[in-house]
Amino acid sequence: MAAIEAGCRYYFGYPITPQSDIPEYLSRELPKLGGEFIQAESEIASINMLLGASATGVRAMTSSSSPGISLKQEGISYMAGSELPGVIVNISRSGPGLGGIDASQADYFQAVKGGGHGGYHIVVLAPASVQELYDLTMLAFDLADNYRMPAMVLGDSVVGQMKEALVANRRPDTKLPPKDWAVRGRGGGEQRVVKSLFLGDGELEAHNWRLHAKYQELKERETRWEEFMVADARLLVTAFGSTARIVKTAVMMAREAGLKVGLLRPVTLFPFPEKALQRATQQCKKVLDIELNTGQMVEDVRLCVARDAEVNFYGRPPGAGSLPTPEELLEQIRKHY
Amino acid sequence: MKQVFKKPESLKDVQTHFCPGCHHGTIHRLVAEAMDEFGVQQHTIGVASVGCSVFLYGYFDIDVVESPHGRAAAVATGVKRAKPDSFVFTYQGDGDLAAIGTAEIIHAANRGEDITVIFVNNTTYGMTGGQMAPTTLLGQRTSTSPYGRNKSKDGAPIRMAELLSQLEGVAFSARVAVDSPRNLMDAKKQIKKAFRYQVEGKGFSFIEALSACPTNWGMNPLSANARVGAEMCDYFKPGVYKNVENL
Ligand SMILES: Cc1ncc(C[n+]2csc(CCOP(=O)(O)OP(=O)(O)O)c2C)c(N)n1
Ligand code: SF4
Repeated sequence: MAAIEAGCRYYFGYPITPQSDIPEYLSRELPKLGGEFIQAESEIASINMLLGASATGVRAMTSSSSPGISLKQEGISYMAGSELPGVIVNISRSGPGLGGIDASQADYFQAVKGGGHGGYHIVVLAPASVQELYDLTMLAFDLADNYRMPAMVLGDSVVGQMKEALVANRRPDTKLPPKDWAVRGRGGGEQRVVKSLFLGDGELEAHNWRLHAKYQELKERETRWEEFMVADARLLVTAFGSTARIVKTAVMMAREAGLKVGLLRPVTLFPFPEKALQRATQQCKKVLDIELNTGQMVEDVRLCVARDAEVNFYGRPPGAGSLPTPEELLEQIRKHY
Repeated sequence: MKQVFKKPESLKDVQTHFCPGCHHGTIHRLVAEAMDEFGVQQHTIGVASVGCSVFLYGYFDIDVVESPHGRAAAVATGVKRAKPDSFVFTYQGDGDLAAIGTAEIIHAANRGEDITVIFVNNTTYGMTGGQMAPTTLLGQRTSTSPYGRNKSKDGAPIRMAELLSQLEGVAFSARVAVDSPRNLMDAKKQIKKAFRYQVEGKGFSFIEALSACPTNWGMNPLSANARVGAEMCDYFKPGVYKNVENL
């Protein structure tokens, strides 16, 4: 729904649980709007169809889940290298390998650290509710177009399968640069080429410095996070996505019990809210990072906190029945308070 | 004086990087001539693959998207679906199309994508140094088949023009050679037909062009050219394998 509201009319994907609701919905709706839905022969084909469509300047997307996202990595790297926008929704599941279809946050590294080759970044947004899934999907299209780079919406089966009230917000009125790089058939104009091969002397280095500068600009301007009861906190809990919802309940329970606990939830995983964490840990010296994995985002948290802050971690590897309960998290909060 | 021979408009006036005797340049020229004759240069979007033809955009004066190795047919699908009024072609080697990109080519063909595929079969991986390709002939020695391609171990060479002709979505599938004036004339005719089918919206059109790679065959240009006409044409028979207009 958000994709359609954002003006996306092209979808390319391959079935995988737990994200099949997306292609099922779009296969029904896009043709009505004059768009195209293609069920591709694989995730590899679908990311490359996205590459081709995006190269013409249209808004297009793909979606998948962890094993499929692994297959897309080469294409994502090419898109990053060719500076192509495009939205990738990853309703991740547990691994490694075929793993299982339960909620998991074990693909943080893959999403945030450049899952493919070549040292690139993509925008990574982590919704914690259905509303945010909707709003951040629209934001993903804007950021992708604005910065000419792929953007991923990283959810899990909790966010992906949840039923919640939703306000179908209108597409934000963002001012976007013209796509004067898109191929269109020359039509008498200059030749346009979308590529990631740079063999000339110094060309590739210059290209990579430019990409780097873009990532810096993204950090300055587009970092988003949520702070909850952080001002007077003695213990700061960090968590993202659906896990942060459970953490929030635990934080409220802790407050009722008189414990000064706050939550800092990165909404953009890349760019990561480095400065917000640095600031929050100037006065709050204890941090507890909670994830549905054995410790991934915690590495970034450790890099960003004030030097004398202490960072602890609580998490569980993905697997059936692994969702932590608020009571369980409250116990951890008490332990590290 | 009447000018009887000139550079096609669709080609740039530059030197290519192809080795002496390589047929890539000849095939580029034929494609460009067909593009000129159909007047499609200005609304063409080419999809370059990874191989010796990766610099397509350096030689053709058209808009180009570069594809990852083997994925050109999927990239072209995205381009054509998003811009159905444009003329879209891919240009792919045999490693690219018949090995790593097999799934993409078969399914693009089967969907009947309205694109034209120029498939350059030189029985080897040119760019990476002459390794065995799916089209390497039996007994042919390459840098990774030093004892010659062995059917029981490596399988027999794949005939793509025939294979794709089996698919419903394919409107036109032909194999051509560019080793002699006569074959060149025929190649041009088939390429034009393939182009026309796309222009008329008939569906997927496929040209397999037999091509010399003197460098990796360890031959001089003349004997490499002769090999195309002899050994290659013997196993990979030129001809039209599918033509919806004749069905
Ligand atoms: C994923 C991936 N695997 C391997 C390569 C290395 N590679 C580059 S070109 C090529 C094959 C080229 O052979 P072919 O497609 O026959 O084209 P030619 O060079 O003969 O024209 C390979 C294997 C690559 N670029 N990407
Ligand atoms: S290596 Fe072979 S295919 Fe590549 S340019 Fe040289 S002759 Fe042509």
